[in-house]
Amino acid sequence: MSKLLTSPLRAFAALAVLGLALLPLVLPTYYVSVATQILIFSVLAMSVDVLAGFTGRTPLCHGAIFGTSTYVVLYTASVYGLPLPAAMLLGVIAATLLASVFGLLAVRTSGVYFLLLTLALGLIVWGVCLRWTEVTGGENGERGQLRAALGMSPRQLYSGVAVVVALVTFVMWRFVRSPFGLTMRGIRDGESRMASLGYNVSLHLTIAFTASGFFAGIAGALYAVFNDFVSPSTVQLSQSVSGLLMAIVGGIGTLFGAFVGSFLIIALEQAVSKVTERWLMVLGLTFIAIMIFAPEGVIGKARLLMAGRAEPKTKA
Amino acid sequence: MSITTDRRTFLKSTTAFAAGMVSMPAILRAQTARPIKIGLLAPLTGVIAAGGRKLVEGFELYWEQVNKEVAGRKVEIVIEDDASNPDTALQKARRFVEQGNVDFLFGNILANTGLAVANYVKGTGTPYFIPVIAADDLTQRTRIPNVIRVAGYTASQTARPLADWAFKQGYRKVATISQDYTFGHEQCGGFAQMFTELGGKITQQFWHPLNTADFSPYLGQLANLGVDAVFAMETGADATRFIQQYASFGLKGRIPLMGAMNATDQSVIRTMNDEAEGIVSCAHFAEGSKEPATVKFVEDYQKRYQKLPSIYGFSHYSGAMWVAEALKTIKGNVEDRDLFLKTVLATELKDSPLGKTVKLDSYGNPIYDLAIRRVEKRTDGKLWNVPFQTYPQVSQFWKYDPETYLKQPPYSRTFQGIKA
Repeated sequence: MSKLLTSPLRAFAALAVLGLALLPLVLPTYYVSVATQILIFSVLAMSVDVLAGFTGRTPLCHGAIFGTSTYVVLYTASVYGLPLPAAMLLGVIAATLLASVFGLLAVRTSGVYFLLLTLALGLIVWGVCLRWTEVTGGENGERGQLRAALGMSPRQLYSGVAVVVALVTFVMWRFVRSPFGLTMRGIRDGESRMASLGYNVSLHLTIAFTASGFFAGIAGALYAVFNDFVSPSTVQLSQSVSGLLMAIVGGIGTLFGAFVGSFLIIALEQAVSKVTERWLMVLGLTFIAIMIFAPEGVIGKARLLMAGRAEPKTKA
Repeated sequence: MSITTDRRTFLKSTTAFAAGMVSMPAILRAQTARPIKIGLLAPLTGVIAAGGRKLVEGFELYWEQVNKEVAGRKVEIVIEDDASNPDTALQKARRFVEQGNVDFLFGNILANTGLAVANYVKGTGTPYFIPVIAADDLTQRTRIPNVIRVAGYTASQTARPLADWAFKQGYRKVATISQDYTFGHEQCGGFAQMFTELGGKITQQFWHPLNTADFSPYLGQLANLGVDAVFAMETGADATRFIQQYASFGLKGRIPLMGAMNATDQSVIRTMNDEAEGIVSCAHFAEGSKEPATVKFVEDYQKRYQKLPSIYGFSHYSGAMWVAEALKTIKGNVEDRDLFLKTVLATELKDSPLGKTVKLDSYGNPIYDLAIRRVEKRTDGKLWNVPFQTYPQVSQFWKYDPETYLKQPPYSRTFQGIKA
C-alpha cells in the first residue's frame, strides 16, 4: 500500500508538516486563529473521508456528530464545572456513542438511501438542539470560557491543536491502511464479494462508522475550546455539508486531501467575504468549477497528474 | 446605594482628567490622534438581512451628520456581515479585534449572534455596544461589564406597560402567540407576568417555530378561545404573514390585536396596507411622534434614504450618538477603556431623537418614557406608529426591586411569571 504515497508526495507531506509547525511564527494573530480553525475542520473532513472515501458510504450527519461533542464539552464544562480534559473526553464519548447508534441504523442502506438516512439522523440532532432549550439554550446556544480558562495565547492554542491534529491524523492514516481499512476498501469496491468471502459487512461498516464518528468527536471537542460557543448552527445540515465538501474538494479517498479542502474553503471564505457580501455565491461557483475540472479533488488531481496518465479509476 | 457614590467619585475624577487633557499642549494631543476605529457587525445576508441594512443606514446617518469626526478625532467605520449566524458573527468579531484592532464593536441584531460576540469580548475586554440585542440577561443576570446596551432595550421591558394599558382597557382574558425562541419567551413573559399580576388571565400561549408560513391552525384556535384581545410577538417576515392572515381570517376588528414592538416596526408595515391599521404596541420610539426632535430625525432619515426609519436604524443612530457624547466628555480618549466604559454608562443623552433625556440604569440598560402607539395611515397612504399615551421612566425592572426581580428565573417557554 506504500504505493499510495509516491515519493514526491511524501516529500510534499514532510514539507506540509514542517510548514504547519512554523506557521504561527510568521502569521499575524488573527490568521493563527484561522489556521487553527482550518486544522480542526481538516479532522472533520478526514472523518467524513474515512467513510466516504474508504467504504463508499457518503454520510451527511458528521456535522451533527461533531456538534454533539461541542455541545457536551461546553455543557459539562460550564454547567457542571468539569475540568477540561474530562469534559472533552465526555464529548468524544458522546459523539462516538451517537455515531454507533447512527451506524447501526444506517449501514444496511447504501448510495442515495444512505445519504438520505444520515441526513435525517443529523436533522434530528439539530431539532433536539434547537428545541431542548433548558439544556442546549435553544437558538441562543451554549457559551463557555474554556479558552480563557486555559490562559493560552492564540499561538499556543494553535500549537496545542496542531499536536492533537497530527496525532489524530496519524491514527486515521494507520486506521485506513490497516487490514481493517483494507476490508473497508474491499466493501467499497465489491460489497457482495466481501459478503460471499465471509466478511460480516454490516459489522465492519458499523465499526467504520463509529470510528469515523470518534474522529469527528475529537474535532468537535477541539472546536469547543477554540470557539467557546455552540448553537444549533454548529449541528445543522450546512456543517455536515461543508465537512463533506472539504473532503471532496481535497479529494475523496485521499485522507490528507482534507487539509487542502479545509484550507481552500476556509481561506476562500475569509478572502472573498472581505471583498464582497455576495461571497456565498462566489464560493458556490468555485465548487462548481472544481467539480467540473477536478472531480477527483485537488490531491486526487495532483496524483493523477504526477502519475503521468489518468488512471481510469472511478469512485462513488 | 453604592452605585451613586461610585458615579459621583467617578465624575470628579473625570472632570479632573478632562481638565488635564485641556491643559495638555496641543501638539501632544495631535500626536495621539489616530482615527477611532469602530467595527460594525450587521447581518447583511441571511434571515434578517433587511433589518441589517437599516442598522447600517442609521449608524452611518449619524456619523455622516458629524462629518465622521468626534472630539477632534476622525472616525473610521468598518462593516462586516455576520450572515445572521452566530458562528460567523464570532469569527468576524475575532477578525475585528485580533486583526482590525478596532477600538470598540457595535451592532448585531439576532440575540444568538449578540450573545456569541458578548461571550467573546468578555475574554478580550473590548467594549461592545448592542442597541438591538434585547436578550434580558445581558443586562441582568449575566452582565458583562464591557457590554453596554446604549439606546437599546430589554425584551421584557416594553411588554409590561402594554399589559398595564391592556388591563386598563378592560381586557381580562388575553391569548399570546409568539415565535418560539428566547426573544419571544422574554417579551411574552414580560406581558404575561404583568397582566396576571394585575388580575388578568392568560387564556393560552401559542409558540410557533420561526419562519411559519401558514398560521391557520393557530388563528382557528385563537378565534374560538373567547378572549378579549390577542398579544402577538412576531418579527420580520413572520410578522408580515401573521398580520395579513389575521386580517384575511376575519379576526381583525373582531378581536383587538396588540403587538410586540417589532411586530409593527417600519421594516414590517412598510409593505403593508389596511390589514396592519389599528394594531397597538409599546416602544420607546414611534416614528409618528409629534415631538420636534423625532420629527426632525424622521425627516433627515427620509431625505437620506427615501423611507421611514425602522427601530434598527433609530437604535443605531442614537447608539452612535450616545457613544459620541461619551467620547466628547473624555476628549476622544478611547484608549482608556475603563474610563470610556464608565463614561458611556454615566452619559445622559440629551439630544436623542426621542426629544427627552435618556440615561442608563446601573445595569447598562436605558430607562425610557415608553409610548403606547397605534398603527395609523398617513395622508400619503403610508403606515406609521403614532403614540397616544406615555409611561414615564420605565426601566427594565418596571417597578420591581432589581435584586428581588433577579431572583426569579429568566423567562422561558416554561417560566412566564404567570400568577394564577
